[in-house]
Amino acid sequence: MSCDRRPPVEPQRHIKIVSRRDLVLGASAAVAVIGLLASRPALAAGTEAAPAAAETVVPISRVPLSEGLSASRQFDEALGVILKDAEPAVGEPLTLTLPELAENGNVVPYTIAVESPMTDNDYVHTLHLLSTANPQAVVATFHLIPATGKAMVSGRMRLAKTQDVVAIAEVSTGQVLVSARKIEVTIGGCGNE
Amino acid sequence: MANKTRIKLPDKTAVGDVIEIRALINHVMETGNRKDANGQVIPRDIVNSLTVTFGKVTVFKAEFGPGISSNPFVAFHMRVPGPGELVFVWQDDAGVQTIERAPLLVG
Repeated sequence: MSCDRRPPVEPQRHIKIVSRRDLVLGASAAVAVIGLLASRPALAAGTEAAPAAAETVVPISRVPLSEGLSASRQFDEALGVILKDAEPAVGEPLTLTLPELAENGNVVPYTIAVESPMTDNDYVHTLHLLSTANPQAVVATFHLIPATGKAMVSGRMRLAKTQDVVAIAEVSTGQVLVSARKIEVTIGGCGNE
Repeated sequence: MANKTRIKLPDKTAVGDVIEIRALINHVMETGNRKDANGQVIPRDIVNSLTVTFGKVTVFKAEFGPGISSNPFVAFHMRVPGPGELVFVWQDDAGVQTIERAPLLVG
């Protein structure tokens, strides 16, 4: 099945301890892929100089995923690139709306909405939509400005299998919001016909 | 060749209204994960971005990954600054750019 092109990996724990080296390497790879290198050149350098106390980082624990579901390494890497050092606030005012059950993983409607005044001083500038179990973790990224008026985006996504879908909102005040939702997928869709 | 698109704006708006804008483009969104009958990987070909400008301002930009469904559809919002024209530019992996213009009617 083409969804499972990646070689099987050892069963992943729900909360995964990622070594600094892994994170940096992974983050660099993900950065190269999504072309955000310029936004955080200091990541690798900053981590080099970090004290020994910060030997491990646990990015996955910053997102409330469902029990019994694992997240892909791709997801962990993408999450590290997006969150950096931020401690995201979970839940409101960010909401991610998905059906509870998707019979066809090829076409799953989603809505990401943030209650934001969308003024020049306080607006949502970026929304991320991530999958924890698709071959590619980053599903979409949306860039907004105050003139967008309302931080609410919807569309249709593909889901390979039952998993958590994660939305992240970056606010101009520096606040980062995260919301995760579990969705049951009957027939996976990531390009399979 | 430019792809077929559909854009939906409210028929009537007033300055200051926050309106919903819906935009769809016909595209296969080939993920690059699939193989053909001979086991050859079908190369990725997706619409990777949609940029929407009003006047000289980019009011909305979407970057799509392979996890977006075929015929990518997106709905977003905009506060109406006045009458003008919205320009939608979709870009795909093959280098095809599809540009569509939609008038924003006010009053």
